[in-house]
Amino acid sequence: MTARIIRRIIAGFITVACVYALTFIMVVSIPGNPFQSGARNMPPEAEQALRARYHMDNNWVYFGEFLAGAARLDFGPTFTYNEWTCNQIIASALPVSVLIGFLAILVALMVGVPLGVVGAVRRGGWLDAGGLALVLLGISLPTFVTGTALLTIFALFLRIAPVGGWGALAHLPLPVLTLSLPFVAYIARLTRVGMLDVLGSDFIRTALAKGLRPRTVVWKHALKPALLPVLSYLGPATAQAMTGSFVVEKVFGVPGIGQHFVNAALNRDPGLILSTVLVFAALLVAFNLLIDLVYAWVDPRISGAV
Amino acid sequence: MPGTKPRTKSWYITAASMIVLAGLLAASVGTLPLSRRWYNVQELAEAVRHPPSLRPIVSYEHYEKNPRFPTAARIAHYAVSWFGHDDLGRSLFYRVLPGFLVSLAIGLAAAMIAVAIGVTWGAAAALAGGRVDFIMMRFVDVLYGLPYILMVILLKVGLTRPLAILLGGHSRGTDIIILLLAIGGVSWLTMARVIRGQVLSLRGQAFVEAARACGAGAFHIFRRHLLPNLVGPIAVYATLVIPQAMLQESFLSFLGIGIQQPTPSLGRLAADGVQAVNTFVGYWWLIVFPCAVLVLTLMSLNFIGDGLRDAYDPKSKTVVLV
Repeated sequence: MTARIIRRIIAGFITVACVYALTFIMVVSIPGNPFQSGARNMPPEAEQALRARYHMDNNWVYFGEFLAGAARLDFGPTFTYNEWTCNQIIASALPVSVLIGFLAILVALMVGVPLGVVGAVRRGGWLDAGGLALVLLGISLPTFVTGTALLTIFALFLRIAPVGGWGALAHLPLPVLTLSLPFVAYIARLTRVGMLDVLGSDFIRTALAKGLRPRTVVWKHALKPALLPVLSYLGPATAQAMTGSFVVEKVFGVPGIGQHFVNAALNRDPGLILSTVLVFAALLVAFNLLIDLVYAWVDPRISGAV
Repeated sequence: MPGTKPRTKSWYITAASMIVLAGLLAASVGTLPLSRRWYNVQELAEAVRHPPSLRPIVSYEHYEKNPRFPTAARIAHYAVSWFGHDDLGRSLFYRVLPGFLVSLAIGLAAAMIAVAIGVTWGAAAALAGGRVDFIMMRFVDVLYGLPYILMVILLKVGLTRPLAILLGGHSRGTDIIILLLAIGGVSWLTMARVIRGQVLSLRGQAFVEAARACGAGAFHIFRRHLLPNLVGPIAVYATLVIPQAMLQESFLSFLGIGIQQPTPSLGRLAADGVQAVNTFVGYWWLIVFPCAVLVLTLMSLNFIGDGLRDAYDPKSKTVVLV
């Protein structure tokens, strides 16, 4: 088991390295750079000097320099936020996004799983159809619309939530709810499909034939195997939720890391693009590994696959 | 409990979705000659942000003068204010309807790109097998490891200049083509995985063995024996790519790098509506009508995709995730 975990960790490092290399190729091959964007129109000599200062005059050198820095967890300077290093930006924004993302996944599980189970048990009924419609509504509206709608209802009309900002407990519910909606949809659908599959299997028939109450069979016997597809979805979903959402942050004024993914790309800020991508890829690999371990623990039959 | 008759209600929902889509399509295509002329007619002086009304609020001279179809023009004139007017006094009705067509075209084109790349990639990987398969699928894994928002933006930013040069500088269609390439470029990954799995399971079956034993080449086997069996999953996943692509377009429009003014798209209109509502609460129609059409479209497409999946593959465990 330990050897397998070590092998998985090494494979994870290779994946992150490939993601880094691919992003690097994209970053250096797109036209435009932070030195020439917007109002900054510097003479070519100055740009050359700046490039030389940050080792960006030679792509190979920059590739190695950044990687060596990243290995020491030092991502270097940004070019669009003066006086901020990438480290400071990540250190200030990532915890915010991790908190919101974690809570959003928790909410999504607490709402999505029961919805999916009810949909499967009452398959084809109006509860199933209603749940499905509700869930599809969640993924059929752009996040900026759901976020704005929640904000308008709860902050402007009912006045039971702050309009936006960050720092108090009251600032949490609306962003968390908005971020969780698409995840609720996917988790509910996955649970429903998994549950339908399990409910058709022999051990459920046996349990029902023994005279167990259907409720016990569904919630105690069927739920665990039915949640396996949800479990494998949770890896990428958690990584995605914890790296923030540009829209949620913009609508609610939350200082998370999602905005930096977008702004870094829009500003062609190579340091910030590479460091945010590395953070995302590392989180993704870490959560996939964690989920695989949990998977092996829940379902010992597949431990060989880890 | 399981075992009850499942199909009927979902069949009704799928049929209703198709009717809704067909209705929207008919309305937008039917009014296209009018909306093409009127989608950008502005009335800055008097009609700024008029609320919806069943009767036209302002008598637009541009709207009434249509020498060729006087009756049709009068009827169409009546619809001008049904959805209200936006900040430039433009009729929202005649922006939402063509916007639906633009969004649908983006979704369809992105789905076609995703199908083309995804089917080729997935089938090639499965047919090549061994090390080639391993490397091709690891490449897909690595692309999954990139934040897709970043990829869309980088593709969009990176392709803008080369494509503008390719198309000879100034061209109105450039930003739509780039949008398509960027969205299609990130949508094929799931398709590639699904198709690879399908081809792998088909390849081992007896009828493929038989064809190979008869001396059929790899391409012939793919075209005549594998492709017909892939049509079901391809149709299902293509249907589910369309709503995702439309949502991504709305997100890019929200960022300001999607469809450019004055071309309307549902995402663009919803994003503009959100901006307006944020600053002055009260202009609800700017957000309600584009979003209503968007929700109707996306829910219908999702229902149709689910219905297709049930029809083609009732025991499928796979759910589209990305």
